[in-house]
Amino acid sequence: MALPLEKYLRVGKLPHIWCPGCGHGIITQAIIRAIDETGLNSDKTVVVSGIGCSSRAPGYMNFDTLHTTHGRALPFATGIKMANPELNVIVITGDGDAAAIGGNHLIHAARRNIGLTVICFNNNIYGMTSGQYSPLTPTGSYASTAPYGMVERPFDLCELVKGAGGSFVARSTAYHTRHLTNVIKDALKYDGFAFVDALSQCPTYFGRRNKLRTPLDMLNWMRDHAVPGSSWDKMTPEEKEGKFPIGVLVNKPSQELTKVYDELLAKAAAEGGRG
Amino acid sequence: MTERKPRLLLGNEACVEGAIAAGLKFFAGYPITPSTEIAELCAAYLPKVGGKFMQMEDEIASMAAICGASLAGRKSMTATSGPGFSLKQENIGFAVQAEIPCVVVDVQRVGPSTGMPTSAAQGDVMQSRWGTHGDHEIVVLSPSSVLEAYTLTVSAFNIAEELRTPVILLMDEMVGHLREKVVLPDKSELAVKDRAKPELPPGQYKPYADYGDPSKVAPLAAFGEGYKYHVTGLTHGEDGFPTNNPDLGARQIKRINDKIASRKNDLPQAEELFTDDAEVFVFSYGGTARSAKKAVRDARAMGLKAGLIRPVTIWPFLEEPLLRAKAKEPKAVIVPEMNLGQIILPVKRVMGDACPVIGVNRLGGRYIEPEEILDAIKEAIHRGSAS
Repeated sequence: MALPLEKYLRVGKLPHIWCPGCGHGIITQAIIRAIDETGLNSDKTVVVSGIGCSSRAPGYMNFDTLHTTHGRALPFATGIKMANPELNVIVITGDGDAAAIGGNHLIHAARRNIGLTVICFNNNIYGMTSGQYSPLTPTGSYASTAPYGMVERPFDLCELVKGAGGSFVARSTAYHTRHLTNVIKDALKYDGFAFVDALSQCPTYFGRRNKLRTPLDMLNWMRDHAVPGSSWDKMTPEEKEGKFPIGVLVNKPSQELTKVYDELLAKAAAEGGRG
Repeated sequence: MTERKPRLLLGNEACVEGAIAAGLKFFAGYPITPSTEIAELCAAYLPKVGGKFMQMEDEIASMAAICGASLAGRKSMTATSGPGFSLKQENIGFAVQAEIPCVVVDVQRVGPSTGMPTSAAQGDVMQSRWGTHGDHEIVVLSPSSVLEAYTLTVSAFNIAEELRTPVILLMDEMVGHLREKVVLPDKSELAVKDRAKPELPPGQYKPYADYGDPSKVAPLAAFGEGYKYHVTGLTHGEDGFPTNNPDLGARQIKRINDKIASRKNDLPQAEELFTDDAEVFVFSYGGTARSAKKAVRDARAMGLKAGLIRPVTIWPFLEEPLLRAKAKEPKAVIVPEMNLGQIILPVKRVMGDACPVIGVNRLGGRYIEPEEILDAIKEAIHRGSAS
């Protein structure tokens, strides 16, 4: 008997390549649950990714799927959305993919407000290449390229996207599975650029080096440090120390790019351009 | 048929008109000299035909965006020059590997690095062949007139669509910024080709089918048509999913190479002038071929038996005209290029020890004058007669 969500998976391509205890499967499941509950037409839904552990997820998902080059999922997805705005375009990326090599594309996609739903599987490490530090690795943490501890400061991805003009920004974690599904649903319903920072655990390459030896330790860490957005705003800076807000952090209406472009097309047809 | 009025067009402008005539519907680019007019004119003209223009955040994003748009079913193009061409290389390789039809225009300027941004060169010939990593074949076309900037852009789209591959239109600043009187062909005279669509239903469709005959190319479904297929830059099987199987991997890489090699005869062939009885051949492409043509005509006027071979398809390297020249036991082949000698390397390989292969090379953005090529012709004939 087929399971209810099985139609969204390429069952023949399983088992997946992720390590035991990895959070990426939990986030992938949250995405397909959100797609199911939102009722997206799977024939009109495209999933695009870059390079890294997270970016293998689309290969297991039964849609038109595109596994691109490192950091470039967003501009590939931008081309798809511009070419056919009726498609639902979901981008799966990681913290290295989205914030390091693809950081420029992230801020510009947010600035343009193009209709893409971006889920960043943020495990704050380069897992695929076995544990180098990323722009999300917390200061002082250990990584294969930070054997004496990370000396740089990490990004706050939600603040970054907000600063670039992102009008839908949310965060959740692999611990908060129902909450994660709900914020992804809100992101899928948002007409514009929607960004979800989805915290994931990498026990193999982050946890083992950073006194979070088991997947459970890492999930409990998420539980203990996540604060609902509604409470976050009432907290003092001292109370916020080491914690992070979850939930839909920004959600304001803003006209989506391909719809603005439709107006341009009508104008060009009517009067012609200048310049 | 009514006679069409001649128009005064810029090479870059003719390229845009050719692209639109061929069905261009999505252009993504980034400002760079001397290709900028292509982006500017796409911004002006594309929306009038229901197409879209996007100025992306960088060259890499532009190349990525045209791949995405092509997979969504729209004919796509980008244009750039030297430094931008370097930046695009990784995603050109993606388009080769994932077999995504698209057109990349490189209006060459002096390099390396920032070089001389507004000056002409032909220094990207080898980069157009080997710019991206890994074993691959690629189609590179080289126009040498404004009319050809139009017709070869149409050809570039047709080849891209038929062979499911990126095609590079390797212009140079001379042709890109040349203003010339042209009579463009009527749209009804143009053969415009579109990619084949799958006839099999979803589930049976193999986006990377191997038919055992590399000249046969799998049809390409557009995203959103219900085929739910997978595209990756990883080496893949016929279903598009990654494989680590050495035999399957080797077979896929071999197939995308053989695909282009097996269709060599379908690509635009060389223009030949006075090659029947020539004793000295000039092998020249792009803007420089204009000087070469004049030099050969001037030589003939002086009674010197010079001939011109002007390759239009630069890569894959089409050997046939040179092999015919070789059979005539010529005194020399002269290869003028605005670089330190790039296309001369395969010319030397084909000619072997049959005759001297002499480069006429200029750097720094100065065009090669017909007299410089004529001098080389005279010297080769004189030396050939003396020996």
